[in-house]
Order: sequence, then structure tokens, then C-alpha cells
Amino acid sequence: MENKLNLDQAIIDGARAAASRIADALHSWISLYTTTTIERAVARLVGIDGVDAAGVPLPNVLVDRLHEKGLLGHGLLSWLARAMISTGQGPQEIAEAVAGGKLDVSAVPALPEEKWRDLGDGLAAEAAAKITARRLEREQMMATAAPERKPLLYVIVATGNIYEDAVQAKAAALQGADIIAVIRHTGQSLLDYVPYGPTTEGYGGTYATQENFRIVRRALDEAIKETGRYIRLVNYCSGLCMPEIAAMGALERLDMMLNDAMYGILFRDINMRRTLIDQHFSRMINAFAGIIINTGEDNYLTTADAYEKGYTVIASQFINEQLALRSGLREEQMGLGHAFEINPAMEDGLLMEIAQAQLCRELFPRSPLKYMPPTKHVTGDIFSTYLINGMFNLVSILTGQEIQLLGMLTEAIHTPFLSDRYLAIKNARYVFNNARHLGEEIIIKEQGRIQARAVELLNRAYALLKEIEKIGLEEALERGFFADIKRSRDGGKGKEGVVLKEKDYYNPFPEIFLQRSAAKDDDGRAC
Amino acid sequence: MQVDLTKVKAYGDTLNDGAVQLSFTLPVPAGEEAREAARQLALKMGLESPAVTEMADLGAGFSFFVVYGRCPHSVDYTAIKIPKREHEIMSFDEVNEFVRRELKKKVVVVAACTGTDAHTVGIDAIVNMKGYAGEYGLERYPEFEAYNLGSQVPNAELLAKAVEHGADAVLVSQVVTQKNIHLENLTELIELAEAEGIRDRMLFICGGPRISHELAIELGYDAGFGPGTLPNHVASFIVKELARRKKQ
Repeated sequence: MENKLNLDQAIIDGARAAASRIADALHSWISLYTTTTIERAVARLVGIDGVDAAGVPLPNVLVDRLHEKGLLGHGLLSWLARAMISTGQGPQEIAEAVAGGKLDVSAVPALPEEKWRDLGDGLAAEAAAKITARRLEREQMMATAAPERKPLLYVIVATGNIYEDAVQAKAAALQGADIIAVIRHTGQSLLDYVPYGPTTEGYGGTYATQENFRIVRRALDEAIKETGRYIRLVNYCSGLCMPEIAAMGALERLDMMLNDAMYGILFRDINMRRTLIDQHFSRMINAFAGIIINTGEDNYLTTADAYEKGYTVIASQFINEQLALRSGLREEQMGLGHAFEINPAMEDGLLMEIAQAQLCRELFPRSPLKYMPPTKHVTGDIFSTYLINGMFNLVSILTGQEIQLLGMLTEAIHTPFLSDRYLAIKNARYVFNNARHLGEEIIIKEQGRIQARAVELLNRAYALLKEIEKIGLEEALERGFFADIKRSRDGGKGKEGVVLKEKDYYNPFPEIFLQRSAAKDDDGRAC
Repeated sequence: MQVDLTKVKAYGDTLNDGAVQLSFTLPVPAGEEAREAARQLALKMGLESPAVTEMADLGAGFSFFVVYGRCPHSVDYTAIKIPKREHEIMSFDEVNEFVRRELKKKVVVVAACTGTDAHTVGIDAIVNMKGYAGEYGLERYPEFEAYNLGSQVPNAELLAKAVEHGADAVLVSQVVTQKNIHLENLTELIELAEAEGIRDRMLFICGGPRISHELAIELGYDAGFGPGTLPNHVASFIVKELARRKKQ
């Protein structure tokens, strides 16, 4: 990566090292715990699905019973393996028997590890093989598809009805979108279960369910056939069920997941410990499945001021990167987030946006940076918004962003119309094509406004990281270092789902998932 | 140029030309039939000599149109009556001074984005310390005690907090408006407040991109604030209204 900003490598290294120590401090305790949703994800990975008579998902039924009896700390899979041996039934039948009151979870006899261990390992290996097959399927399809041109065009659909979403998703793909997200129902992040089956009602979006994933995947696979381009599907691996959503996405060949380490804590008031434990397991699944994660730093700038708090985005990106590495994600899988949210009324605001975007590019040269459009300062004046979105696109092509979430001219009015997406794609295509190699031609003036801003951002991010390292991330979140939001260590939703692992806790998945990423490529990097 | 205010028409570049622009999508593939369908639709809307200036193929059997035409209708501007908040807008300092002089106690405000709505951008702009567009938020007002409960707060919880803090005003933000969820949610809050007998103990104020003062009054609120509202607009209304009620 060309160094256009004249950055001091020692400061970059210092910031990265501080973030690394912040992540290490968290990892001193993350592995001591499991959570209800991690165990439910394990249940889903080994094929437990469906709901009981009351509509409660079977993974919840099973995990709740184990949790009530104090058995969860041993790991769901060791119990399941023993139950399979003692009943002679498969995982799904066992879950149904528990739900139907025919099997008492505490009635499954204890067995020495050598009796059930191979069975448990076998279930996990089988699940991993399914995920691998979906990953290879993606790699195969991408290899035969037309080569991608970056920035990739990312749009959202949000009708609330999955069948309508599928139609709109396909239409967007045919119009030229490369990446499509089905926006999630606004309330889902706080549900401590994943709804089941296809859904046709949701506000601000559609429920993430495995069946819904399947329906949109099918529609986009049709679009892949018709366009010859690979179309990526995105969903939201956030909230109280991060690991389960990751498991579902891995099995249904989603390609990207919103999967931030701190988003749930800050923006959904989910318990800190719960989120940090869950993000680790969910990211391991995403890493193994070859999914690109998107982090949520852009959100900081919608709550706090984008100019004043731009450095917190940089600091958070360093932390997200270090936590992601510890879950086996390669840099190429880290779509670190940022946004074009500086007040358009600001003199030289565009220069400040260029500084921020170019800085992200130079600090994280291998990351497929995710660049979010203006939302906070756009209004019902669709004409003006369309212009601002053009400026956003210009900064993106100039600074080499890779995942471009397209701004909608009706952002301040409603969830996008079909035609809004068409106009957004037209805008981006025009700017990207018309200014394709602008970045290669432009040299940023030494010590000029852009360089000065970038240096300031980096210096302040480094100072912030050093302070966080001193007090710990938990304390930093309590003091409101990010997004001006304060969250107490013991507050938030979902903390009752955090379970201390027993000495004999069994879950073979982390080892399988991390093994793949431990393999190195020619540069000695994880691959 | 003499405008007849009893017969106001849209203005393009000449008085009373009635010129309007619109755009829409039809669920039919682009083509000459689609173009004609768009023209006929514009005619049915009442536009005279509609011109389809752009047709684009949106794929998957959809087409997009930009249409210009002349709208023959007019409205009687002089007959329009809009309920308005009649309070003048005061500055940050004026509001605080007003509270010290007229109310002589701190104004307690409890605010939230309610229901499943997770968009705090509106409520944060009004309440958080930082505020919006250079105007400090209510948390910064020395004479205000403001509690921002954040997003996805159930209506019942908002009311419980309002009672607990002895709120003078409750602020509700609603950003998501799909299928009119915001109307249901706003109505439910007022119904709950009435059921609990606290509707008249405090001001109920709502805000959001699709909220107008008129709509708010219709839903049983004391005021509504739409796009472009700054913290001092809301603060001015609250303190003036509290003072007015105190005098009654």
C-alpha cells in the first residue's frame, strides 16, 4: 500500500500492539465461559432444528433444560453424545423427546469419556464437513463467475416479507448490485432465540431465520446464473444470538455477516461479557465458513459527531481486528467499518472524509473495508441527498474502499423503493467508472490539510488505545469511550445466559474451526 | 406578478403553469407499452399533457419513469388552518433563565425511542449532551434533568420511569414507520398513560421524521416535532407550556 498520508509506522505499530494487549486481556477470561446461544449453536450445527408445540425452537428447549439442571457447563455435545448412546436415537429425535417430555435431561447416565468422545468428535466433524462443502461451493462459483470490480456495490432490501425480499433482492442483483443484505426486523437483536421458518411480517426488516436465508439464497443463485456474476448475501450476526446466526449462515452459504465485537453492548445494551464471549465463537464459525465479517464502527458516527469522534472509529477498528484475528479470521475477511457522516455543511468536510477513508485504507491494507453512506445529515430533499451520495462514492473510488453500502436518496424518508436502489447503483457506477483511476493519479500534499487530519486521527486513536489498555476495555465501555454511550459491566440484557465452563467442558468446534485458520500461506499468514 | 391566493397552482417557470414532476415504478418490463402505461397513469392522476422524459429498465420485470405534466388543480390557500405550537422559540440561555424565573424548579424530562424501534438518532439529537447542529441537547441544560432511556423501550417501562423520576415531560421518538408501526406505538403510549391516570400529570411530546404537530395533536399528544427540530425548540415548548399550566 502506497503511503500517501506520510504516516509514522512506529505509531501504527504501537497502536496495533496496544490493541493486541487489549484483546489479550479479554481473552484471559473469554475462554472460561460458554453461553446459552453458543450451546444452541452447537445444537444447530449437529442438526437440531424445528420448534416444539408452543413454537419454541428445539435448540432453546434443550439448552434451557440443561441450564435449569446445571448441566450446561459441561457442554451440550457431551450430554448429547451420551444421550445418543443410551437411547440409540439421533440428535433431532433426542431434542424432540426432551421437548415432548419423554426424556428427562438429568436421566442420561454418566459414561467415561472414552465411551462417548468419538461420537461427539464425529458429530462435530460431520458438521464441519457440511460447512466446508458450502465454502467450497462458494469458491467454485466465484472461480467461474465474472471477476469482481471493487468497490463492490452493496444494497439492502427491507420489506418485512421474505418472499417480497427475494423478488427485490433478485431485481437489485440484476440491476448490478454485488452484495445484498436482507435487513433484519428491528426487534430481533433482543430475542434470545432465532425464529423458525419463513416469515412475512416484520418492521424495518425481516426476521433472520434459516428458512429465510435459504429463500433469498435461492433467489440470488438464480441471479448468479442470469448475470454470470457472484452475488453475495449478507445478514446480521449480532444481538443475543450471534453464534446461532453464524451457524445458520455457514450452513446456508451466506457470504457476509455484520459481526462486530462491541456493537451489541453499545447499541443494543446487551451484557458486555455475553457479547464478548459470543462474538468470539460466532467469529470462529464465520472464519471457518469463509464469510467476510463487517464491523460496526460506522454506527459510532451516527450517535457521536463524525468529525470530533472520527479517531474512535480508528481505535475500534484496531480492537476489532485483534479480536477477529483471535477467532481465526484472516485480514481479507475483515470488512472493517467506517462511514461518510461528517456534516455536509462543514467547510472542507470532503477533505476530512478523504483523510479518514485513506487512513483506514493505509492502516488496514488487506481489509475489504466496508464504507457506509451518509445517513445522519441527509434530509427529505432527495436531490441533495443524491448529490451527497455522489461525493461519498467519489471518496470511495479515490481511496480504494471495497464494500460500498450505497446511499439511498430516500434514506431520510422510508425503507428504499425498488427505484431508489436502481438510482443508487446508477450513481455509484457512474462515479466509479468516471473516476476509476483517480486514486492512482493523485498525490496528497505533504503536510496539507488531509495529511494533518489523518495524522491527528491516528495520534488520537493511539492515545485512546493506550488509555484503554491501561484501564481495560470493560472500563472504557463503562466510561463511554465509544459512540458516547456508557454501559455498565454487569448491566445489559442476556447476562443470565453466561455459564462458567466446568473442568470437563466439551466442545470440539473451536479446535476444528481454528485449525483451518492456523494453516499458513506463502507469506506465513493465516489462510 | 399577482398570485391569487384562493387559487394556488404548482409553479414551474410561469405563474399558473401547474408544472409538476414525479417518478414511479411499474411492475411491467420496460418498452413502448410500459411507456404508454406510465403516460396513461399520469393522465389518470389528472395531469395534463404528461411527458415521460425517462424510462429505465429495472430488471426482473420492472420499469422506472420520470414524468412531467401540468396539474390543473388549485387550492385555496386562504382557507388553510394548521394548528401550530404557539410558543416562541428561545435560546439555550433564555430557556434556562425562563425556568429559573418562572418555574423555579428543575424541569424533569424522560425520553426514549419506544417499541421495537432501534433508531436513537432523533432522541439523541434532542436529549444527549452534544445535541445537534451546534445546539446543545437537553442533558446540557442546567435547569433540566434529562433521562435518555435509549432505544427499544417498551411503553410501559417508559411510563414507569416517568413516574419514578416525577417527569414534567415525556419525549418519544419514532423513526421506523413501516406499515404505520409508529402510529400504533404512539397511540398505545397515550392509552396506557390514560389507563394509569397519569396522562394529565405530564406533557407528552413525540418526534420523528414522519411526525407533525398536527398528527401529534390528533394522537392525543401535547406537541409533535418533525424534521429539522433542534433541542431548544423542544425545550422552549416544554417550559412555556409548563408555565402556562402553572398559571391556570
